[in-house]
Parts: sequence; C-alpha cells; structure tokens
Amino acid sequence: MSTDRFVPGARVRARTVDPAGHTRLPGYARGSVGVLVERAGEHPLADDRARGRSADPQPVWHVRFAAADLFGAGEHTVTVELWQEYLTPLEER
Amino acid sequence: MSGDHPSSVISAQVRHVEALLEARGLLDDGEIDTRIDEFAAGGTPANGARIVARAWVDPGFAERLLADANTAIREVGLSMAGGLQEQRLKVVANTEREHNVVVCTLCSCYPIALLGPSPGWYKSEAYRSRVVRDPRGVLAEFGLELPTATSIAVWDASAESRYLVLPRRPAGTEALTEEQLAALVTRKGLIGTAAV
Repeated sequence: MSTDRFVPGARVRARTVDPAGHTRLPGYARGSVGVLVERAGEHPLADDRARGRSADPQPVWHVRFAAADLFGAGEHTVTVELWQEYLTPLEER
Repeated sequence: MSGDHPSSVISAQVRHVEALLEARGLLDDGEIDTRIDEFAAGGTPANGARIVARAWVDPGFAERLLADANTAIREVGLSMAGGLQEQRLKVVANTEREHNVVVCTLCSCYPIALLGPSPGWYKSEAYRSRVVRDPRGVLAEFGLELPTATSIAVWDASAESRYLVLPRRPAGTEALTEEQLAALVTRKGLIGTAAV
C-alpha cells in the first residue's frame, strides 16, 4: 500500500453519511466509487463552517465518477469536488 | 437542499438579519450592496470570451490556462481575487472526443468575475438535477447535438472551485483576429451548453 493513498488515480468511495444540516457531499454521490483526478486546494470543511465551528483546512479533490455507477445508467462521467474527509481510499488490489 | 427562492419569507428574514447587524454596528448601512457591487463589478461573459480567444491563438497560454488558470488569466488582466478570498478557477477544454459541461447541483456556484451573473436556467432545479443524469438529453434541448462518439464530462461545482469551459475553435476561423474570435464565444459556450 502506498504511504499516501490520496493521490491522483487512486480509487475512493464517497461516504454514505447523510448528516442533518449542511453538507457539500451531493446525495447522488454517496457510497459510490470514483477516481481522484486532481487536488483542488485546501479548505475548511463547509459542513463545519455552516455550523459556526472552526475547522482546519483539508484537501479538496476533483473526484470522477462513471454515471453508470451513480445512476445505474449513462455513459458520461460526473466529476464532483469533495473534501478529503468525505472519502475513503479503496484498498489496493 | 436549496431550491428556488421566490419566498418573500426568506427575503424578510434576510432584511431582518441585515438590520440587526447594522443596529449592532457589525455592518455599515448598505455595506452588503456595496460588497455585492464590488464583487460583481466588471463581471461579464466578454471576460471569459477573451480568455478563450487568447487560448485559441496562443497554445502556450492554453497550456498554462489548463495547468493553473488563476495565474494564467492574469496575463489577460483578469483575476479570481475579487471576493473575500481568491477562488480557484478550473478550466476544462473540449476536444473532439470529450465535451465538458458545468453545473452546481447543490446551489448555483458560478464564476461571476468571468461570466457576470448566472442565467436563470443555470439556477433552476430542472437544469441542476437533470444535467448530471442525462447531459446528452439536456444539451440536445439546448440545441447542441453531440456526435455519439463524443463523450460527456459533467463538472459539479460542489465545493470551492469555479469552472470555465474552453470550447473548440470553430473551423474556418483561421483568418480571424483574437478580438473577432472572442466575439464568437457565448456564455452558453463557456458553461458547456453550446459548442462555442
């Protein structure tokens, strides 16, 4: 296993938690597996900011999903921008 | 999830909070309007069109734009630093094989500094919910019929980045100047709901 599993090309699963209140993890992406495309900077988690909590910046990623994995149909891709905390790396095969 | 905001209840709540902030001296009279005006100042699709035209005539600029758009757009006198903090800009280039289209499914995030205020349809629940599921169908409704061999990449502006589509340069435009090329680029082309 690589030391940093959050690297472009790595496969990740979006978490399934449906928090009460603000989140930036779109419902349609929850639980789906995608590929890290590129890091999109570091920002405090929007969920915390919306609740008035202080939060340290954490990496945000462009994560590309196949539409078929999200919706069960479609040949396009959807690239979502997700905080690292929303993501679990998949074990390397 | 946020939807349309026609409700006067929300407007009344916003006015109430604004009044409270002003009463407590946290906000100057009319400061919100001033800040919004400053943020939106100079924002127009002509800015995005200028970026695209430069990328069409200058391959080096196009490369820099795709690698680090925030730095590259300063070469044409533009910036994403007009708000409280600089927003990251991600430019995605259309090719013969792949067409890009931008949406904000959660609300209506949009590169105002480069495109001006967003069109009504961009903020509609219909566009936001449908374009991620059936982009080919939605683009067809916009009059953009893509060849079946062209794949579609949808970008959901769900966090802090803003997006701009770099359309393909139309055929037969070799003789045009950079300014003439910029005039071909539309707001829809910069969002990805038109070819150019």
